Amino acid sequence: MTATWLIRNASLPGGERTDLLLRDGMIAETGPDLTAPGAQVLDADGLLALPGLVDLHTHLREPGREDAETIETGTRAAAHGGYTAVHAMANTDPVADTAGVVEQVWRLGREAGHCDVQPVGAVTVGLDGTRLAELGAMADSVARVRVFSDDGKCVADPLLMRRALEYVKAFDGVVAQHAEEPRLTQGAQLNEGEVSGRLGLAGWPAVAEEAIIARDCLLAAHVGSALHVCHVSTAGSVEIVRWAKAKGWRVTAEVTPHHLLLTDELAEGYDPVYKVNPPLRTAADVDGVRQGLADGTIDCVATDHAPHPAEYKDTEWADAAMGMTGLEVALRAVQQAMVDTGLLDWAGVADRMSVRPAAIGRLAGHGQLPAAGGPANLTLYDPAARPEPVDPATHASKSRNTPFRGVALPGQVVATFLRGTPTVLDGKLTS
Amino acid sequence: MNRHLIAASDLSRDDALLILDTAEELARISDRPIKKLPTLRGRTVVNLFFEDSTRTRISFEAAAKRLSADVINFSAKGSSVAKGESLKDTALTLEAMGADAVVIRHMASGAPHRLAGWIKGHVVNAGDGMHEHPTQALLDAFTIRRRLRGTPSGGLDGVRVTLVGDVLHSRVARSNIALLGTLGAEVTVVAPPTLLPLAVEGWPCAVSCDLDAVLPKTDVIMMLRVQQERMNAAYFPSVREYSRRYGLDVARMGALPEHAIVMHPGPMNRGVEIAAEVADSPRSTIVEQVANGVSVRMAVLYLLLGGADLGGTNE
Repeated sequence: MTATWLIRNASLPGGERTDLLLRDGMIAETGPDLTAPGAQVLDADGLLALPGLVDLHTHLREPGREDAETIETGTRAAAHGGYTAVHAMANTDPVADTAGVVEQVWRLGREAGHCDVQPVGAVTVGLDGTRLAELGAMADSVARVRVFSDDGKCVADPLLMRRALEYVKAFDGVVAQHAEEPRLTQGAQLNEGEVSGRLGLAGWPAVAEEAIIARDCLLAAHVGSALHVCHVSTAGSVEIVRWAKAKGWRVTAEVTPHHLLLTDELAEGYDPVYKVNPPLRTAADVDGVRQGLADGTIDCVATDHAPHPAEYKDTEWADAAMGMTGLEVALRAVQQAMVDTGLLDWAGVADRMSVRPAAIGRLAGHGQLPAAGGPANLTLYDPAARPEPVDPATHASKSRNTPFRGVALPGQVVATFLRGTPTVLDGKLTS
Repeated sequence: MNRHLIAASDLSRDDALLILDTAEELARISDRPIKKLPTLRGRTVVNLFFEDSTRTRISFEAAAKRLSADVINFSAKGSSVAKGESLKDTALTLEAMGADAVVIRHMASGAPHRLAGWIKGHVVNAGDGMHEHPTQALLDAFTIRRRLRGTPSGGLDGVRVTLVGDVLHSRVARSNIALLGTLGAEVTVVAPPTLLPLAVEGWPCAVSCDLDAVLPKTDVIMMLRVQQERMNAAYFPSVREYSRRYGLDVARMGALPEHAIVMHPGPMNRGVEIAAEVADSPRSTIVEQVANGVSVRMAVLYLLLGGADLGGTNE
């Protein structure tokens, strides 16, 4: 039996102010001056009531790398950042390439209870890019997998990619591609350009991403299937996705918070906290992905939350692991990059961080704008909170590899409700 | 002077000239019967080498010893590093042993930057990955100044330097382009387009793919070592083709102006980027570069470690 909550005077993404009554996991009622005897009351004056955020791209690291993150700590981090559902990437150890592993991840997520965990299944056995994993078994499992990805690696073989796209049509699946032509990125360390040339770091060229995206859009069109492009990082990629969408093809795309804000010049001190795959790009690329997100070419923000233990980053650049944490700063980063710049309003943020990612992930019960009769998955956010420097010591994630350490970001996640139960109140985890 | 010497691109013209002038002074002292100076007595210099480079290591060792510093050579092979110890732990170990300066050679670009963040001592970059090799550039500048200028002082204003070869992977090229530019030289790089960085047009140098066109307008030609394994990654079709298009043979040497000098940072691939006759010709400064390396590295250690006034070291 969950408590009843009355949220007073929240602002909906569209701007209207309302009370919200949460009961039995649902939004029971909305409107002004609601009354509910016995309900716990939360004064949300000045706060936005966003639909609970949905991340299409989270590395929870369990099973296998529990020193970096566990499903428990990763979902706590998610709730702390305003998320009510995350898609757990498949590159664990063992790889999530069987019904057994995805069911384990799904169950551990349920038991943790901080947010819903929707496992992503691997496209190929062991992520080795040679043989299709049992996609149907994962789809039919209790985890109901619909998104398949070898993320971290590209499904580079065009024939295998074509088959994967075709095969998942049987259960309305989508293949989420990590677009990286492997031959063009051998040993790659940093975006190939002025900075990589100067620093003497092997270049990761934009064309290695764009060539795969173009190929996969054509393949998706050819077989009439759904392609999702992970972490779009270049202006050229945005152009290709825009072209594919104009054709009416079923192509969706995501961008990370860090690619919306950061550039490759941060690598100048060789601090591997800025090492990520795909790499940080140029200011022109940041502008391109922002425009793409604003006009809807890029459907959603996905964190690519990639926790690593300290020793994986406390090393020379070439030896360091790629990836950054993101769950706990994503919404604030998006406010800085998109809202405070006038590129996106809060209705747009709700769309790009909840509605569309839930739709792409075929995730029932998430991604619905707050309304009576809908699920009580909500994020209460204070966009006017004084910009505070990000302090990773306050993060619930097990890892500290955020590129925003010390960077002042606006806003604060005040509360997160998962099916009517607060996972975060007053900016703090409830359990 | 900065606390560390990590990149030639960090050096101002005044810094660079101070190092070169100090090196001249130290070279004069080195010509005396007793070469050793007491200036760094009691200071410890660690040579931390993660890549084999006997010539650079010996050069730094000789430089430190001539200044009476204690020298510890730490080669990563057969050490705890081979057993998986991190660079950070190695650095902290050396720090605990009282290293006043660490001379580091590492295969990863940026390793000296990281080291400088972990230890209190001075860091001297002896070559990091594809990034920089600042003392090589300093000794090259020192050599050019001695050979082409009547008096070894001042900058290299107006000197036309041509660098030929694998600019993309070369830390020697990066350091030289930065330093020679700072000193006023006009630098041109010549390479097959595959061995040039993508954004090279933004670099402070001219770019050409036609060696023969550049030769008559060259005062200094610097040949970079070409690694034969580059051929396997399709940077060029064959060693012979590379040599034909970008190698310095006797005929090409003849196209250089009378006064032009030929340089190579070593080790050379005779018959590939440079013909044996050219390497051994009077125009070649290759052996001189080695000798000058010691003087320049003495100057760097002397200035970083704040040795006593040179004027007081005559006794």
